[in-house]
Amino acid sequence: MGVRVGMSIEKDLVAASATPLVLGILAEGESYGYAILRRVSELSGGTMTWTDGMLYPLLHRLERLGLVQGAWHVAANGRRRKQYAITAAGLAALAERRQQWQAVTEALNRVFQVGTTMTPTSSAVRSAW
Amino acid sequence: MVTLAAGPGGDLEAQIEQWRQFVARRHAMAKDDVDELEDHLRGHVADLGRVGLTEDEAFLVAVKRMGSLDEVSQEFAREHSDRLWRQLVLPSAGDARSNRRARRELLLVLLLAVASGLAINLPELFGISLNEDGAFYARNLSLFSLPFLAGYFAWKRGMAPTRALGMLVPPFLLGAALVNAPMFVPGGSTQVLAAIHLPIVLWFVVGLAYVGGDWRSHQPRMDFIRFTGEWAIYYTLLALGGGVLVGLTAAGFAAVSVEIEPVLTEWVLPCGAMGAVMVAAWLVEAKQSVVENMAPVLTRVFTPLTTLMLLALLTATLAAGDVVEADRTLLILVDLILVLVFGLLLYSVSARDADAAPSAFDRWLLLLLASAVVVDLLMLGAMLGRIAEFGASPNKVAALGLNLVLLVSLTWSARLLVEFLRGRRPAAALERWQTTYLPVLAAWAAVVVAVLPPLFSFQ
Repeated sequence: MGVRVGMSIEKDLVAASATPLVLGILAEGESYGYAILRRVSELSGGTMTWTDGMLYPLLHRLERLGLVQGAWHVAANGRRRKQYAITAAGLAALAERRQQWQAVTEALNRVFQVGTTMTPTSSAVRSAW
Repeated sequence: MVTLAAGPGGDLEAQIEQWRQFVARRHAMAKDDVDELEDHLRGHVADLGRVGLTEDEAFLVAVKRMGSLDEVSQEFAREHSDRLWRQLVLPSAGDARSNRRARRELLLVLLLAVASGLAINLPELFGISLNEDGAFYARNLSLFSLPFLAGYFAWKRGMAPTRALGMLVPPFLLGAALVNAPMFVPGGSTQVLAAIHLPIVLWFVVGLAYVGGDWRSHQPRMDFIRFTGEWAIYYTLLALGGGVLVGLTAAGFAAVSVEIEPVLTEWVLPCGAMGAVMVAAWLVEAKQSVVENMAPVLTRVFTPLTTLMLLALLTATLAAGDVVEADRTLLILVDLILVLVFGLLLYSVSARDADAAPSAFDRWLLLLLASAVVVDLLMLGAMLGRIAEFGASPNKVAALGLNLVLLVSLTWSARLLVEFLRGRRPAAALERWQTTYLPVLAAWAAVVVAVLPPLFSFQ
């Protein structure tokens, strides 16, 4: 897959992908902070490890914007735990983000394809653009 | 439940509690946020334990992964920027149970405020009118409001009813009896002195209720000191606001030629003044640490100014050579200066961060204390001759006694401050001295109320 363990991802990329990742994970089902973080690590094969504390301001922002809904429950270990669930507005936002990311990745894929086939004397490269 | 390898289970709890307190101090983080983060931390620690780390290792890793606390709280602050305005968090957030308790508390406060308002109107029924027997009301002002305040705190701290009654009621009854004793020469100095010092004694009784009877520990004493500062500020603000409102009402009604003056002066003002005591206390309790304490902020502003004033006074005294009007007013003047300096010191100490290193402000404090002590000694020295000449009177004894009490406190504080600046003592020593000295102040006020009058035959 080309993903190396220990590869560090640029901060801007992490920040940009944070919201759609969280929304996507919550679209899979209701969850809480620590579980979301674990899922992110799972999905990215261990390359994306966020600063744990930063997840919560993000969740609060999403809650403020109405994209997720938070509710306090009592967890299995007897402590208070805040569960988050995605809202209809959140699903719409997720769909929109997905379109945006698809557009971006398509453009990037074309660049990367061209890049791999590019040789100094290849005329096909010049005509591809 | 996940069992972690090695280490006593209580250790982890203590560490998490410590971490929690550290996080909770950040003002951008509300209790709910801290709960979320703690839950996250526990989940992470449990997971790491499953992988095979010891409790300590797991805790360290989890805390490190949480990220730099400064950055995290900055993010929280950015997100919840309304918190940066430190708005009063009145019961709207939080779970149902705490909301109900908060609403019950508010109801109790309003009830007590109304009760104290009624209490001040009670003597009317016995023929003691406000206009004619002003002195009676002035003497007993604290008795109309402070018992209710003490009751509120006794309830809030969950004191056992028998203990609360046993501790709080006798001082109030005794105070009432002493200040209204018929042996007093009406308007004599001893009566005036007793009337001035009674609120101080009764305030300490309220303090007893505030700490829930646990007056021997130092931390609750310091909390009460902080409460006193905030309460005074809030009461002043309420009084100013109330005054403006009453003034506008009077002017408005005068404009439509309705005679409302007697209602305002006999009902609204007294009841408002008494009720405000309760309301101010409730506001201070409700705000807790969400709103920054104002008293230390004011102290920071006024300490350098007061120091400069005292240095100027000192230079002038030394240059002038002789103190001209060495009489009672001068004695009261130096007393007031000492009270001001004492207050500035007390509230600087109350807000000081226990681990902070000595700063420039501490040097200002030392200068303040030194100049106050020197000015005081100079003035006393100049007056000593005259005082001895004219003999002892109740006013002189009371003023001298207060002077001595404060002088001892300030001198010792100065010594502790010097040692702190030299790095030989922790800042906590200074705080400890202030709280240790508190009973001495209470005792002195009690002496003026109880011992002085008989000593001077109630003159």
